[in-house]
Amino acid sequence: MLSSLPSIVGFVRPDIDWHAVAPELTLLGVGAVVTLLDIVLLERGRAYTSALAGIGLLVALIPIVTLAADGTTREMFGGAFVVDDFALILKAMFIVVAYIVVLLSTNYIAEGDYWENEYYGLLLASVMGMVLMASARDLVTIFVALELLSIPAYLMATWRKADPRSNEAGLKYYLMGVFASAIMLYGMSLLFGLAGDTRLAAISDAVSGGDPNPVVILGIIFVIVGFAFKVSGFPFHTWAPDTYEGAPTPVTAFLAVASKAAGFVALMQLVYAGFPGRDDVYQPLLWILAVGSMTAGNLIALRQENIVRLMAYSGVSQAGFMLAPLAVAGDIGGDALSAVIIYVLIYAAMNLGAFAVIIAVARRTASGEIRSYAGLFKYAPGMTILMTIFLFSLAGIPPLGGWFAKFAVFRAVVEANTGWGYSLAAIAAVNSVIALFYYAKVARMMWFEDAPEEADTTSLRVPPSLVAALGLTAAATLLFGIYPAAITHFTEGTLIALP
Amino acid sequence: MGEFLNDWGLSIPTFLPIIGAAVMLLIPKDREQLHKLIALATTVAVAVFGLLLLIQFIDNDNYGALNFVVDKGWIDVIDSRYIMGVDGISLPLMLLTMLIVPLCVIYSWNHFPEPHNPKAFLMLLLILETGMIGTFAAQDLILFFVFFEVVLLPMYFMIGVWGGENRRYAAIKFFLFTLFGSALMLVSFLALYFLADPVMVGGELTRTFDMRLLPEAAAGIAKSSQVWVFGGMFLGFGIKVPMFPFHTWLPDAHTEAPTVGSVILAAVLLKLGTYGFVRIAIPILPEAAAEWAPFIGLLAVIGIIYGALGCLAQRDLKRLVAFSSVAHMGFVMLGIATLTDFGINAAVFGMVAHGLITGMLFFLAGSVKERYHTLDMSRLGGLLVQAPRMGWILGFCAMASLGLPGLAGFWGEFPAILASYNPAEVLAEETFRSYMVIAALGTVLAAGYLLWMLQKTAFGTPREEFANDPHVRDATVSEYLAWAPLLILILVLGVYPHLLFGATDPAVVNSLSECLDSVTSGTCFDAAAGK
Repeated sequence: MLSSLPSIVGFVRPDIDWHAVAPELTLLGVGAVVTLLDIVLLERGRAYTSALAGIGLLVALIPIVTLAADGTTREMFGGAFVVDDFALILKAMFIVVAYIVVLLSTNYIAEGDYWENEYYGLLLASVMGMVLMASARDLVTIFVALELLSIPAYLMATWRKADPRSNEAGLKYYLMGVFASAIMLYGMSLLFGLAGDTRLAAISDAVSGGDPNPVVILGIIFVIVGFAFKVSGFPFHTWAPDTYEGAPTPVTAFLAVASKAAGFVALMQLVYAGFPGRDDVYQPLLWILAVGSMTAGNLIALRQENIVRLMAYSGVSQAGFMLAPLAVAGDIGGDALSAVIIYVLIYAAMNLGAFAVIIAVARRTASGEIRSYAGLFKYAPGMTILMTIFLFSLAGIPPLGGWFAKFAVFRAVVEANTGWGYSLAAIAAVNSVIALFYYAKVARMMWFEDAPEEADTTSLRVPPSLVAALGLTAAATLLFGIYPAAITHFTEGTLIALP
Repeated sequence: MGEFLNDWGLSIPTFLPIIGAAVMLLIPKDREQLHKLIALATTVAVAVFGLLLLIQFIDNDNYGALNFVVDKGWIDVIDSRYIMGVDGISLPLMLLTMLIVPLCVIYSWNHFPEPHNPKAFLMLLLILETGMIGTFAAQDLILFFVFFEVVLLPMYFMIGVWGGENRRYAAIKFFLFTLFGSALMLVSFLALYFLADPVMVGGELTRTFDMRLLPEAAAGIAKSSQVWVFGGMFLGFGIKVPMFPFHTWLPDAHTEAPTVGSVILAAVLLKLGTYGFVRIAIPILPEAAAEWAPFIGLLAVIGIIYGALGCLAQRDLKRLVAFSSVAHMGFVMLGIATLTDFGINAAVFGMVAHGLITGMLFFLAGSVKERYHTLDMSRLGGLLVQAPRMGWILGFCAMASLGLPGLAGFWGEFPAILASYNPAEVLAEETFRSYMVIAALGTVLAAGYLLWMLQKTAFGTPREEFANDPHVRDATVSEYLAWAPLLILILVLGVYPHLLFGATDPAVVNSLSECLDSVTSGTCFDAAAGK
């Protein structure tokens, strides 16, 4: 009976290029093993799970390298799943970021007694969603990838069960995330109604040309707004500070870097593959989002007293910088895409580094207050120098990596040679100065102030996994700043394969 | 030797300090003597390298063109290259840097400001040196920008950690002001990159950040755009100079910075701004410069008068010297604003002279502070009685600063005033002649405040509270060692200014040849105006 089913519905299994999906399958396999290990070994397996997850992630890099060496663009499912240079760069980034998040989590989760197997299993599932997102060129695939990366993240945000703030963080994140998904789905349904197809290429054909009709405008706005939640762009950022503060800090780092990057990946695909012909609609919208995010994020960040909330608002502002090149994408084409990718990659390195320091310092101070960083230079000079590097890199001071990220953005918006572009450049310039003020505020605490009397000022011990994470991120931050060709090497040329 | 210097002569002294700092990073901080020795050895090695460069430079006998040019790939995707080179304009400033930094190390040998920590202090000083030398050597706009910014962080920490009471405010103010300017400057650089005509590099037509090629490539930019692009650079460089009304960070930064920080700030950092005008803004965008010049000249003379009046209102010795910097940089900017080779030569001389003299004055202010624990001039007095040698040195520097002929300060101010009598033909003569009159009045005010300062601090009898203070002693060995080269140079350059003018003139004429050559015949700037 069942065996005759395919012939009745006429189902033919599409060709599957196993090589192209190897990274996703590897992650799926490792995630399953990590979860099963708990059932088989019970308590005994706990000590190995983080190492296993880390190794699994590194193994998933292997097919990415072989795919890159192979170099051909692979398409599956009628163009719904594409492996091109764009996808490979970002898949590699997601996996490396996840590896660093594992390093950050190792001690945090083990010492907090936080259900390790489930944690790493969910982390791997979420990463799988991100890796899938980088290849998704179809509305349904994008949506599935988005939910796959989001749902584990909702759970991870609540990981400190006993702490009400963590529960609040997860709940807020979940409600806002679902709300955003609903808006986005509505937009997608409008676009699907126009095109009669979910593939971005078909949508591009359907929406381009002539004056935009209201349905097209609404569809595009709703889809972009949905992802604006994901990247925490103003005014859709309101979940970020509370979620970041309440969630376990390694999860916050994961949300602030990987989850945000995944949102940008989707935005880039939509802008470049979904509606490249409709720059008259998406450019003004993204311009407003970019300017709003960088300005509002900065101004609110000035008032923050908690380091994680500060990083949340700084993340809103950085999202504004990342949105800026997309706001001129129609005028300059692929250069805007390169600029966003450069920014996302460098941002990943420096932001993860900053969170690594926050985690290391919180092990001592057990506090997120910026005031608790007072006098850090006296008892943890190495940590202070690293934090200084990351903060000023975020502020965009040469020769640290962030300068090149900012530079790429400025270059893109000036290249457009339009009033919109120049005004965006000027606003971004002013904002980069404002941003310096609050990054320098933390630096000032560490360097200029004395530690409070009662503080424990014996030298700080940092576990090896954190040292490894700090070393990797600091090396990347410095390398990208001094020798930007290390990154532009990968972002040159046509990255995204268009049908 | 010549071969080696041509290839490596600029890269080694630029990056040697960073290497020194990296070595120091690996050594534990309680081995203070070793840290001092490493810092001294590194900076002296850099200075020796500078001397070799000077000898080779004279030997090459090609002051007008770039020497020791290195041109290697750096960030290919944005066509930014690692291009280094020096000519008669940048070499004196670079040598000044190479000289000042070891002197700073020597000066601070036995008295590091609170909270001590020589390791961190000297490392910051070394990083600073890399940034400063690199800025004067860079011939690519992005490379220039990177070095220009590298300077910010060490100075921020130097002021913020080792500074005076109000150091946090001063440090962040310094940082924010400069960053604001340089962010807009970067936008201007990028606009230049995209608007200028593509050039031939290695057989390919590409866009470029190469300062050597941009003057020609930028000629095709519409004048209205040029004026905007120049505006961005004007903010970037003008804040660094600092020009009135962007000068407000300077007195705070100078007053709060530790002695060595003030010296470096005055001697080198301010020159990065004026150097940017001479090297980048004017040669690349001469037409826009002609539009902006009367305005720049106006701000320059306002700065001269305002700085002088500011000095007269001060009670704090260091703050007085800081305001005198505003006035002196006004003369430099006035020289630049005339857009004549005469004026720009004067400006370059003025930069070097101001670096030597004001650097010395800050050294002296620091030493006074160390002895009296105050810089309040109403409490000082009788330095000539208590520490006669130091008092005389202060007198010497004050004379140099007010522009006494025969000392270096004169050759920065006088030709600048003279040049504004006869500015480039495209500029309105009446405007600049009135600027000249105002600037001349400024010199009188300068004599006023400097003599007043001298009277307050050096003359008279010591106050009762310090009369028998054992802390008040005459100059020490490390102070003599640090000061002697500066004092000698102030005198030598004052007596024989051709030493410097001989080097700068061919370079000024050459780098501005696109326009300034023809200024005398009135073609270039007139043509520009007629467009």
